[in-house]
Amino acid sequence: MNRPRGAALPWPAAGDRRARGGLAAAPNRVLLVLVLASAAAAFGLPLLTQAPNRLVTGTGIGLGALLHGPRLALLLPAAALLWSVFLRPGRVQLLWTAGWASAWLAGLVALAGSHAAAVDSGRTSFGGGFWVLAVLAWLIAADAVQRLRPGVLARTLGLAAVLSPVVVLALSGALDGLSLFKEYANRQEVFDAALGRHLQIVGLTLAATLLLGVPLGVLAHRRPAFGGPLVALLNIVQTVPSIALFGLLMAPLAALALAWPGLGIGGVGLAPAVVALTLYSLLPVVQGTLTGLRELPPAVLEAAIGMGLTPRQVFWRVEVPLALPLLLSALRLTTVQAIGLAVVAALIGAGGLGAIVFQGLLSSAIDLVLLGVLPVVAFAVVADAVFALLGAWVQRTRP
Amino acid sequence: MIDIQNVSKRYGDAVAVQDLSLTIPRGEFTVLIGGSGSGKSTTLKMINRLIEHDSGRILFNGEEIRRFRPEEIRRRMGYAIQSTGLFPHWTVGRNIATVPQLLGWPAARIAARVDELLHLLGLPPDEFRERRPHQLSGGQQQRVGVARALAADPEVLLMDEPFGALDPITRGALQEEMRRVHRRSGKTIVLVTHDIDEALGLATRLVLLDQGRIVQAGTPAELLTRPANDFVRDFLGRSERGIKLLGLQTVASRLRPGETAEGEPLQAEGSLREALSQFVAHGSERLPVVDAHGRPAGALHFADLLRPAA
Repeated sequence: MNRPRGAALPWPAAGDRRARGGLAAAPNRVLLVLVLASAAAAFGLPLLTQAPNRLVTGTGIGLGALLHGPRLALLLPAAALLWSVFLRPGRVQLLWTAGWASAWLAGLVALAGSHAAAVDSGRTSFGGGFWVLAVLAWLIAADAVQRLRPGVLARTLGLAAVLSPVVVLALSGALDGLSLFKEYANRQEVFDAALGRHLQIVGLTLAATLLLGVPLGVLAHRRPAFGGPLVALLNIVQTVPSIALFGLLMAPLAALALAWPGLGIGGVGLAPAVVALTLYSLLPVVQGTLTGLRELPPAVLEAAIGMGLTPRQVFWRVEVPLALPLLLSALRLTTVQAIGLAVVAALIGAGGLGAIVFQGLLSSAIDLVLLGVLPVVAFAVVADAVFALLGAWVQRTRP
Repeated sequence: MIDIQNVSKRYGDAVAVQDLSLTIPRGEFTVLIGGSGSGKSTTLKMINRLIEHDSGRILFNGEEIRRFRPEEIRRRMGYAIQSTGLFPHWTVGRNIATVPQLLGWPAARIAARVDELLHLLGLPPDEFRERRPHQLSGGQQQRVGVARALAADPEVLLMDEPFGALDPITRGALQEEMRRVHRRSGKTIVLVTHDIDEALGLATRLVLLDQGRIVQAGTPAELLTRPANDFVRDFLGRSERGIKLLGLQTVASRLRPGETAEGEPLQAEGSLREALSQFVAHGSERLPVVDAHGRPAGALHFADLLRPAA
């Protein structure tokens, strides 16, 4: 995602472009591979599965069996993508590719929804073929967007635009026949509460990480004798498996809860989850702060002090703004990490989307697992994009 | 203006400055020169308390500098350094406004001062005010660095090898700029350099340091004509001493007004060093001299180079 500019994916060399009538002599190899893999998946793997109920393994339905009547329109984006392999490389070809990949992805989703609505009984789920095709379609679109060399904002908007038809479909009710959406309809309240709790866990973790990590990073910068051992300790914390850390925190927090019942914390639930996730988040944030401060040009600091800025003014006017980009990239990392790890926190009763995932796992209901996992992925992607945009914004005036 | 009395500074066992005494008079362009490790930068930084001296006294306008808060004394002294240390996240205008802002000047006065300084340093304000440091060339950055140091009209300007990283042409232009600033403002300037030509060209007082001590202090001409010892002679360039001496004086100082001569004219404001070069290049013993407006001003004889100034 953070590929430096100039290190783009291999373009066909200029000499290869013997363009005649808009056709390229040397096709885009990445695109070619992705399109061929898509073709193989479309024919070789079941697109959907159909089962009478949740407990029975479903039978696969291939793409061929689903395509008839107006649904044949799905062949249009497929053909367009195949065609795009042979188009002359350039902005037009890339926009064409990204647009049709988006249409192809939406078409697959719409096809599944339409089939589920037509069957109207039992459980219609996405099959292996669908997931492979969806990922490949996403890769085709993302690759095309990346090759347009957009800025951070343009890239984020571009990728959001690629996904937007699918979101519209999900919101329109066209997919309500799919078992995933039926699971959601059945447990809307549970889901909403779990999502809220998940946001709460991540939000509290982020706040605690900022309040602890940044001052610790500043302290580590000013007192290297303290910084060395601190970073070493946090490194060890990083290596403890999350489930073990949750467990280790149960006893001390339970004792704390007994001693001061007024605190409203306990050995299980929200408190150990936030504490553990904060411990994991501290290393990147402390290190990001530390590195950001350490790598300030010495001349800038000397000039600032030499001109008569007080230590406090040097910190707020010079050190903080200049270290901010690194701090933001550390926060980006820890937030995405916390969103994922918060799933595991369901095991110690913290709730969140992990509770839905584990419920699904225990009852072998893959759709339920997906109901928990998909929002986590979406949440992580959005958080990542938000921090990327923030980072680009604070860097907008830098070299 | 600044009185350094028996000041010493050591780092562990290494002596950086040893029992150094130096008076920096008001309005003088004092250049501290020496090799690396001579203590010239340490001496400069002790004046604005970036480095605290171990013993002795440093007086600023007659008052011990330790009586002031360090920030207060630094805001009264401009400070410019070799790598400029411009704040990369601020515009040129805001960089220059740093100290006036710290001193709480009203916004209108700051804006006027920024434009005035950009103008003074040859950077058109409308073109440069809103730029970022990374959009400037090295020479332009250093001009902004000097403007920033001058912003609050400080009583003293401290400069630590400000032009060391610039190419010779840019360096020459900025040195000329500094001479002009000094002439126009009469400001007390202390500049550290290891470049003897820069020192001779800028200084009204030259202080040569070695191993934390002053070897000789005086006007550039004094050091050139009456070097205290072999170290001074070597440092000033033993074989080129005469040429450097000629570099300190203008053609105008030896001019024979009213006389005429044939050949390519010399500039009255040019140095005798340039005149020598012209005499040799043209194989001539007499050359005409013109003033700043190109009008004939007289002539110069080759033998005049050896004559004491009128």
